[in-house]
Amino acid sequence: MTDTAPEPLAPDSVEAVDRAITPGSDNSIIQIEPSQTKIDIRDVDFYYGKGQALKGVSMSIARQAVTALIGPSGCGKSTLLRTLNRMYGLYPGHRASGSILFDGEDILGPRVNLSLLRARIGMVFQKPTPFPMSIYDNVAFGVRLYENLSRSDMNDRVEDSLRRAALWEEVKDKLPTSGLGLSGGQQQRLCVARCIAVRPEVLLLDEPTSALDPISSARLEETITQLKSDYTIVIVTHNLGQAARLSDYTAFMYLGELVEYGETGAIFTRPVTRRASDYITGRFG
Amino acid sequence: MALSAARIGRRRAANVVFVGFCFLVTALALAALALILGSLLAQGVGGLSLNAFTMSTPAAGSPGGLINAIVGSIMMCTLAMIIAVAIGVLAGTWLSEYAGDSSYGSVVRFLNDVLLSAPSILVGLFVYEILVAPFHGFSGFAGSVALALLAVPVITRTTEDVLKLQPTSLRESAVALGTPFWRVVQNVLWRAASSGIVTGALLAFARISGETAPLLFTALNNQFFNWNMTKPMANLPVVIFQFALTPYPDLNKLAWAGALIIAVSVLAVTIIARVVSRNSEPS
Repeated sequence: MTDTAPEPLAPDSVEAVDRAITPGSDNSIIQIEPSQTKIDIRDVDFYYGKGQALKGVSMSIARQAVTALIGPSGCGKSTLLRTLNRMYGLYPGHRASGSILFDGEDILGPRVNLSLLRARIGMVFQKPTPFPMSIYDNVAFGVRLYENLSRSDMNDRVEDSLRRAALWEEVKDKLPTSGLGLSGGQQQRLCVARCIAVRPEVLLLDEPTSALDPISSARLEETITQLKSDYTIVIVTHNLGQAARLSDYTAFMYLGELVEYGETGAIFTRPVTRRASDYITGRFG
Repeated sequence: MALSAARIGRRRAANVVFVGFCFLVTALALAALALILGSLLAQGVGGLSLNAFTMSTPAAGSPGGLINAIVGSIMMCTLAMIIAVAIGVLAGTWLSEYAGDSSYGSVVRFLNDVLLSAPSILVGLFVYEILVAPFHGFSGFAGSVALALLAVPVITRTTEDVLKLQPTSLRESAVALGTPFWRVVQNVLWRAASSGIVTGALLAFARISGETAPLLFTALNNQFFNWNMTKPMANLPVVIFQFALTPYPDLNKLAWAGALIIAVSVLAVTIIARVVSRNSEPS
């Protein structure tokens, strides 16, 4: 995979370590303009039973931009992602406190219709999970839940979704065949197509390329880049190059806390905190 | 640490002994099966005539067949499987997807396992008490209920097991699309688990198709052809049981033919269901 990022590990990052400021300083976490904020996370704690996985995380996520969540394993980035569509609600004992305002509405509130919320906030997982049905039905599945489209409208929607996911050319002649017959990378793009077919406003991507080979990863990254003009995208990734290439904003998390959050260019070239700087320069993580 | 030649030799020998033992035991099991099927074929084919499929069970010495018992068995097994699949799949789904670690779930799971190994004659007596004695008559319905009671725990158990094998990520990705959970179950999980659920239903069918004891107390038998399930109903297992015990060679012959018919039907249903579920399931 060719690294197209503008030198994420710039030479001056060593200097950056020297002038690193301690966590929690004023300029380590930026605020997105309220008018540009799609999701406003306020003081969110998260518990798996007794263990606490998120500690007072507050951050605002910009609309129509890609926000990357990075940090070492177990830092809470996937947990944070899964609070955004309340996926944790499937499991007893998992609970979140605080508030997450999605276009101003608190999605952690008790009266939220979870199915409608999840239709507005789509998610793609680490491993591809095509449903055991045809490629066409995989894409149409979510649409049929909420919309009664005519056959030709549905055909258009399926084609449009597959095109946006950069999969159409590869599958257009075998739409009635099983989604399970595709390669891993194709399956993951099918999952992206399935997700955007519902026309969500937000896409949550949980390490979407970690199970893919480099070529498939690169294709999926292209897809994400193309989607960013229409969607608010939050991506969890262990691949720092990927975060640098794809995202407009990057949040660095450590031990359940948000340590540093800023524009991607700034975080990767002039990290403010020592933790972020050490992680980005490869000293730990 | 390098392995010594002696140690490698010992391992080779142990391997040969173990594989040889496995082979021998498998051969023994298969030999028993071959003997049963062989004698069934040898003895049963003689009783298979056009009469067997056109005439009802005879008195000793007169010509006759098994059609009343065949039709009775098909009707009772079909109704039993409809009842058992409906209850078993739903119960298994509840146990796997909704019960979680609740104590009610554990109790249901435990009782289902008890029912799974309950002697079939007890199930027959139970249905006799609730459906035969109060209505003063044996009936095909009572027979179906008894058979269904035997099939339900098998289907419940296999359904729960195969649903639990489905990856969490499949559930989550369906839920993440905004799918209500009942639709996730119906449209994704059942479909993904379909071949396992079909296998469970087949196991249950194979189990009930040869059951005699519960039918003795419920459907009993009927010498005459009968479509009416509220009346006593002829069925292959009880006919085989009764004819095999008579001293009359022609009735013994029909009993063998009946046994062969059950064995072949179970085989045929299994093959058909496998082919169908393989074709409907995306590879």
